[in-house]
Amino acid sequence: MIERHIRSIDDLGRSGIEEILTLSDHFHEVSTRRIPKVPALRGKTIALLFYEDSTRTRLSFETASKRLSADSLNFSIGSSSVKKGESLRDTVETISAMGVDAIVVRHGSAGVPWLLPRWTDAAVINAGDGSHEHPTQALLDCYTIRNKLGELDGKRITIVGDIRHSRVARSNVKAFLSLGASVTLVAPKTLMPFDTDDWGVETTDQFDSVIGDSDVLYMLRMQLERQQKSFVPSLREYAKEYGLSNSRAQSMKPESLIMHPGPMNRGVEVSSNIKEHPNSVVNDQVANGVIIRMSALYYLLGAGNVTKLEGFSDE
Amino acid sequence: MADPESTNTPLNRGVFHARSEIMNADGVRRALWRMSHEILEQNRGLSGLVLVGLEVGGVHLARKLAENLLEIEGQSVPVGTLDVAFYRDDIGIRQVTPSSPTDMPFDLTSRIVVLVDDVLFTGRTIRAAMDAIVDFGRPAAIQLAVMIDRGHRELPIRPDYVGKNVPTRRDELVDVTENGVLLGVIEEEKS
Repeated sequence: MIERHIRSIDDLGRSGIEEILTLSDHFHEVSTRRIPKVPALRGKTIALLFYEDSTRTRLSFETASKRLSADSLNFSIGSSSVKKGESLRDTVETISAMGVDAIVVRHGSAGVPWLLPRWTDAAVINAGDGSHEHPTQALLDCYTIRNKLGELDGKRITIVGDIRHSRVARSNVKAFLSLGASVTLVAPKTLMPFDTDDWGVETTDQFDSVIGDSDVLYMLRMQLERQQKSFVPSLREYAKEYGLSNSRAQSMKPESLIMHPGPMNRGVEVSSNIKEHPNSVVNDQVANGVIIRMSALYYLLGAGNVTKLEGFSDE
Repeated sequence: MADPESTNTPLNRGVFHARSEIMNADGVRRALWRMSHEILEQNRGLSGLVLVGLEVGGVHLARKLAENLLEIEGQSVPVGTLDVAFYRDDIGIRQVTPSSPTDMPFDLTSRIVVLVDDVLFTGRTIRAAMDAIVDFGRPAAIQLAVMIDRGHRELPIRPDYVGKNVPTRRDELVDVTENGVLLGVIEEEKS
């Protein structure tokens, strides 16, 4: 049995990312069918274990499971025994005892997806762990860029905003770099992580200096729930220096892309009508979410997870 | 020794070593010509007919059959391609990766679908293909055309149009291209 997880982009490497992007071309075709569903993962059970709120990630994993004919179990923490104080370990062992093949986990603490394999044989997909990683978001962003601009090799991608608290930024930087793109991070110094020297990226606090060179402007969500600590003087000042306004968008290259992982704070990191900008691919990102998650699940449970049967011959 | 890059048979491991030539290029061309006529005869023309080539090996054969049918009847036949990976019954038993995305730009309801593949072996690919086909509509009929029927069926499936019946051993491999049909074995690559 090949043991596979998607806890970090590091679990995939360039070849894994490319395998998932290739699978996504197939699942994209499936999603255009009259019956957008295949029996590939019939009999498999996928548990969705979300300790943090989520709309699009949870729904897209659930839809992806159904379109692969897998069964999905939804553990929303608000209505489960976690409310009664059940530990993460006990919850995972309980789910595992029900016989699940994959666990999709979102948790407020970094590193939780690495704990799970101690307590379960299921494949683990990280759907966001604290400020650490969110690999399926990075995969769908790579897929969106590849579909619009071709291979990522040599592309210049600029990620703007609250890098410090962003799991999306951490996974995306790894994925973009593995596929050969170059990455520039733009943030005020208070929102730039301390260790970016090891990331293999350029950094700046001057947004306007990089707009014209970028093939992709990736705007991060300002994490308003984490702003009590005053990382920026005011949201208005942040919007003025780092927000993608219509006038800033005018200095973009004509074919470059505007991306955002959602949910969007209109008027903060992007101006209120930027989603409707002709270069915006925000809606494509959402549409590709289901497709990428089908690929991720199939990559773990279909393409790779092999148990050899006696006397079975390859055709 | 055949160059594995030139074959249509995806190799999971090892290298294909040809032992004998079953058909040459002329043989393949003549068989396709005869099968084209058989398809026409069986269906009394091309009305409602659709060819569906199975990825990878059936696609070029389906295109060739469509060319022949155009030449004979002066009428073009729609050709779709189908990758059956997600319908296979051995997902989780061996590594099942799709090759090229399915391309089926038409509804199959009330059409006569001729599935085209290079080699008919256990029949499991065809079983998967039939499941996939019904997701694209309810065809009036599904027929099967293969270049080589090599036996060893594991399911109650039989072809309607056959290029050639070839008795084989289970561990052998049949490689079909426009240039001919080779029978050989897979040998582990020595490093």
